[in-house]
Amino acid sequence: MIYREAGQFKTSYASDQAIFPIAQDRWFVGLATLAALVVPPLAASEYWLQAVLIPLLIYSLAAIGLNLLTGYAGQLSLGTGGFMAVGAYAAFKLTTAFPSLNIIAVFVLSGVVAAGVGLVFGIPSLRIKGFYLAVATLAAQFFLVWLFNKVPWFVNYASSGTITAPNRTVFGVIVTGPNATAPVRYVTALALVVVFALLAKNLVRGRVGRSWMAIRDRDIAAEIIGVRPLRTKLLAFGISSFYCGVAGAELVFLYFGSAETFAFDITLSFLVLFMVIIGGLGSILGSFLGAAFIVLVPILLTNAPQSLGLHLPVALQKQLELMVFGGLIIFFLIVEPRGLARLWQIAKEKLRLWPFPH
Amino acid sequence: MTELLYGIAIAPFKDMVGSPAFFAEVLIGGVFAGLMYSLVALGFVLIFKASGVFNFAQGVMVLFAALTLVGLLERGVPVVGALLGTTAVMVALAWVIERVVLRPLVNQEHIILFMATIGLTFFLEGFGEMVWGANVKKLDIGIPDRSFIVAGVQINQLEMFAALTAAVLVAVLGIFFQRTRVGRALRAVADDHEAALSIGIPLKTIWLIVWSVAGIVAIVAGIMWGAKSGVQFSLSLVALKALPVLILGGFTSVPGAVVGGLIIGVGEKVGEVYWGPLVGGAIENWFAYVLALAFLLVRPQGLFGEKIIERV
Repeated sequence: MIYREAGQFKTSYASDQAIFPIAQDRWFVGLATLAALVVPPLAASEYWLQAVLIPLLIYSLAAIGLNLLTGYAGQLSLGTGGFMAVGAYAAFKLTTAFPSLNIIAVFVLSGVVAAGVGLVFGIPSLRIKGFYLAVATLAAQFFLVWLFNKVPWFVNYASSGTITAPNRTVFGVIVTGPNATAPVRYVTALALVVVFALLAKNLVRGRVGRSWMAIRDRDIAAEIIGVRPLRTKLLAFGISSFYCGVAGAELVFLYFGSAETFAFDITLSFLVLFMVIIGGLGSILGSFLGAAFIVLVPILLTNAPQSLGLHLPVALQKQLELMVFGGLIIFFLIVEPRGLARLWQIAKEKLRLWPFPH
Repeated sequence: MTELLYGIAIAPFKDMVGSPAFFAEVLIGGVFAGLMYSLVALGFVLIFKASGVFNFAQGVMVLFAALTLVGLLERGVPVVGALLGTTAVMVALAWVIERVVLRPLVNQEHIILFMATIGLTFFLEGFGEMVWGANVKKLDIGIPDRSFIVAGVQINQLEMFAALTAAVLVAVLGIFFQRTRVGRALRAVADDHEAALSIGIPLKTIWLIVWSVAGIVAIVAGIMWGAKSGVQFSLSLVALKALPVLILGGFTSVPGAVVGGLIIGVGEKVGEVYWGPLVGGAIENWFAYVLALAFLLVRPQGLFGEKIIERV
């Protein structure tokens, strides 16, 4: 009853296959995107933009990337942090080598570099499957982080061993670096994530996405009906790493400002995997929901005791946070193993019929 | 270029032949380190074999067991009592995990269960530190961390003891799996949940047993690792060390965990000592993974894993 789609007839093939076939959905998503573009830069405080919204958008992009690989193509990967590091270091090298290059182009190019690295580490997936593959991708994670740590060329021989985002402008507005304001960085991250999410959505609806899902559901059967495993799996690794690379570059350039390899360690890989699974495997919307969950819950947990008037010792609070976080993950997996996206879908179905039973 | 090739292909071997005693020391160090990895990997294998769960929490279970043991000892409980107490705690933990985490998630996909165990990792980490405190503790098991010399080769007493324990543990587990009634039931469950259920094997009891045994293995691993490097948070990271051992040996094979551990341990030490300096050292973190990967490309199911048969 939340809305009625009666009277909306699909008269052409295109309207039947649209991303949002129902007009209300189209309007809702359009308005939500517009609101996301306009409201936070005007209304949200610096803290909200910097600590919540910007990381949320960037992690969403990374989660979409991993979701393409794990949720759609069925290849479990724990190397996300490594691929994000590739993006970040590639962006740093590119923008310091070619300062006049547009920073958006730098992001995209560093995504391409990450895609190349992803292709290389995707090769074992042709022979190794399941958890064996997951552990094998850890090789990528540890090797890449070690590499960036060891070779000073990647940080332009900086003695601190960190990469720092320089000031770069788009259309005369400073987008990255210490002088970029939070609203500008927010809008940049939003624009990128909207474009790439739309791209991903179209990708998974089309021929490529279908071949991924065929491989995921039963790879031998897919091979028999003519899906090429080599091309399909490597494509999944490449495109997924592209997304992760762009997200990694954004993470340093739009969020941290400067970073060491430590920022890209295995914890990050697990974090992104959490987002994908809590949000829902094989769902673009789920990537956003999962990222929101993982970003918001720790903040909520940190602030909850104070707002309840409790003053806990720091160590105890940290431990409680870990426990509640772990407990929540198990809880959500039990409630709905198919993720928040599935919960949202069920809620929508229920609301559509409400108050009638059928 | 020739210098690099020389460094990779000739110099290390020259060093090995040049000082055989040192080479033997490196090898023995590798064997001991490998057995320590095996101890952790064993816990993974047990649980994966019987329930198909890739239990990422094994590392933190090791930490939790060590913390509990040290905590009890610190409170003046005698050693035997502390060991029994820790065992009781680990069995209780197994029961709770079976009840709260596994039972509601029966028949879910592997990746979901894997995630649940990562959630468990977070929970146990927080819980263990809350109960027993977060500072580094010393675990003294009465064996000095001293070395003695046999035929010009230094051997660490503690590592020697750990290696022996690992060997005994593997033998006991092997007999348990192959010779006892429960062991046979475990193998049946590992083979096919539904078939095992249909012939009257109580799945829940079996899972409880398996998780308890994994808990006990965690205690042994916790004692050994704790005695070596102190009981602290980083103990849970040994899980990451055990993963390459696991894929090398095969997820489902107890002997695989040991042989895999030995290969990784020796490979890692030899690689670090002889080839590490070429690339700036600290290659221990990823070398094991790359080594395991190289093996996997030849045998995708690991050295001793069950042959993967795929049907449409």
